[in-house]
Amino acid sequence: MKRIALLGMPNTGKSTFFNRLTGSVARVGNWPGITVDLLDARILLGAQMVEVVDLPGIYNLHGYSEDEQVVRHFLEHNPVNLLCVVANAAQLDRQLSLVLQLKELGLPMVLLLNMMDEAKRLGINVEQEKLEKALGVPVIPLSAKNGQGFPWAKSMLEKSLQGTEARTADPANFAHDDALEHALEKLVNDTVHTPIQLTPTLTCRIDRTLLHPWLGLPLFLLSMYLLFEAVYTVGTPLQDGVEWLLGLAKQQLVEPVLAGASPVLKSFLLEGVYNGVGTVLSFLPIIVLFFLFMGVVEDSGYLSRAAFLMDAFMARLGLDGRSFVMQLMGFGCNVPALMGTRVMRSRGLRLLTMLIIPFSLCSARLQVFVFLTTAVFSPRTSPFVLFSLYVMSFFAAFLTALLYRRRLPNSEPLLLELPPYRLPTPRQMMHRGWHEATHFVRDAGGFILLGVVAVWFLTHYPFNVTPAGVDTLAGQIAGWMSPVFAPLGIDNLMSIALLFGFVAKEVVVGALAVIYGTSEGALAGIIATHLSWIEAYSFMLFVLIYTPCLSTIAVLKQESKSWLFTTLAVVWPLTLAWLVSFIFYQVATRLSA
Amino acid sequence: MTLEQLPVGHKARIASLEGDESLRARMFALGLRTGREVAVIRRARLGGPLQIRIGSTDLMLRRTEARLIRLEEQSPATIRTASSAG
Repeated sequence: MKRIALLGMPNTGKSTFFNRLTGSVARVGNWPGITVDLLDARILLGAQMVEVVDLPGIYNLHGYSEDEQVVRHFLEHNPVNLLCVVANAAQLDRQLSLVLQLKELGLPMVLLLNMMDEAKRLGINVEQEKLEKALGVPVIPLSAKNGQGFPWAKSMLEKSLQGTEARTADPANFAHDDALEHALEKLVNDTVHTPIQLTPTLTCRIDRTLLHPWLGLPLFLLSMYLLFEAVYTVGTPLQDGVEWLLGLAKQQLVEPVLAGASPVLKSFLLEGVYNGVGTVLSFLPIIVLFFLFMGVVEDSGYLSRAAFLMDAFMARLGLDGRSFVMQLMGFGCNVPALMGTRVMRSRGLRLLTMLIIPFSLCSARLQVFVFLTTAVFSPRTSPFVLFSLYVMSFFAAFLTALLYRRRLPNSEPLLLELPPYRLPTPRQMMHRGWHEATHFVRDAGGFILLGVVAVWFLTHYPFNVTPAGVDTLAGQIAGWMSPVFAPLGIDNLMSIALLFGFVAKEVVVGALAVIYGTSEGALAGIIATHLSWIEAYSFMLFVLIYTPCLSTIAVLKQESKSWLFTTLAVVWPLTLAWLVSFIFYQVATRLSA
Repeated sequence: MTLEQLPVGHKARIASLEGDESLRARMFALGLRTGREVAVIRRARLGGPLQIRIGSTDLMLRRTEARLIRLEEQSPATIRTASSAG
């Protein structure tokens, strides 16, 4: 099968073109020696099947970033028939340097000048025929977002593939070529005509407000808050809807079918497998929505502005402005925030950001805290208690960054493009949401299901005792763990709830109801009589900081591709949770004694 | 003079780029090249990054990186860019 490699700088709309070209058939391919996810798709081009591989966006073929090494490795080891290079027509003065470097490889090439509409708006004029002649490759103007020029590009790819043979690139051709700089200058002067002084565009005017020295940050926080609100205003009813449907299906379909099954099998299938599937599915609406809205923010160019605003503070923690954006995202749900760190190129920076995100007080933990604070504290003190937990959340994250910034060094010099503001198209947004949803179900789904089944087993075996009681495996483990949890003021019954919380924090309240053998409605009263405020707060501190839910761990593994890092991301929060609860409980009991 | 010292709203030509090779290659790829004109659009507060403009491209970079970009000395009558913002 013939193969096309898709190349270009970041922010050229390369992925948009890829999506338009391949529809939704793309999958993550496996390539020997390559550790990052490369999307590839098989499509019918004319009369033949062609494989299209979307290589990471790079600025330079000679560079040393991970992405640049991936591209070189790919081209050296995988035969390719045709290079399809996407360039941003509005920035040809610097984008052509990559084109010239790629041309040195001697492989057949088609150059797509994307964002022609934007270039025209900026008054930039590209002489397409002259450029074609100078480069010796077909040049096609395009707007991948609106689809203008797309059929032309597609037929040109088909035409250029004819009679080609798949070849790998010769490593010798990757060597630096100083003559290129001179060639570039001449090429740009001959073919690209830019207005001498650009009029202050809309972007400039928006920047004046959004990057304002005093208003910039509050405005950014406000827009994040609104985005966050939007995700949950729309997402929570959807999530409830999914849960309602699952409950209905359970009642009407699954339970009648299982009526004749043995109690153990029934419990396994309903409380283990079915609840596991339910956990995965109920995460879906939030994930899809989050990526829809995040896609808008990301494509709009606002994220790089936020990075600009927050960088001074985050740099002192070994992070950068983008880490802060992702941390805020984590207050909704840690899972999509972790997936969002993909925009970072330095591995140290990305891992450090992934290490702090799980401390963000997500909406699932908020449910537990709202329940416990209202049960144990007076209405006057409850808001203050909740606020203190938010403060703790930031404290834990920043402390972690300070402690690990040397071990996960951020080697990335912050040199980012501030692209002009852009409006996303609905098609692009839908595509993004769909892709992330399938990615999540496929990669994290199995892990979550397995975890839920494991916890079911722990809390139900041996089968002849009360589920989740002290005689079950979980109860016994809690017994062994009691020397660990007793100094925190967390008794055996409560530590079983922590075990449930390992799967998903949403389960904690329900688990407490099962453990105390009561309904969720009557639980608040029972908790209030069982727990002192110090014990309750110590428990909440532990819930806030300790191991994020199974979904988060699954995604930590999926994104880091490292068991070592995943282990650290589980063990360190556990340690910190224990220390913080310990210090709080010991100091508070002594002070109040 | 380095780019870090260039006042907001002023522009100057790049004389040379310092720093390790991979950073220089990245600067080159983003359009920061010897002889090109660069303007400082704004600075973030508290020692934060700079926003600069080369041709039609806006970039942000930290002051540490800006210190690596040497500028050509110019006549006292520096030109204020039309599109600059405070």
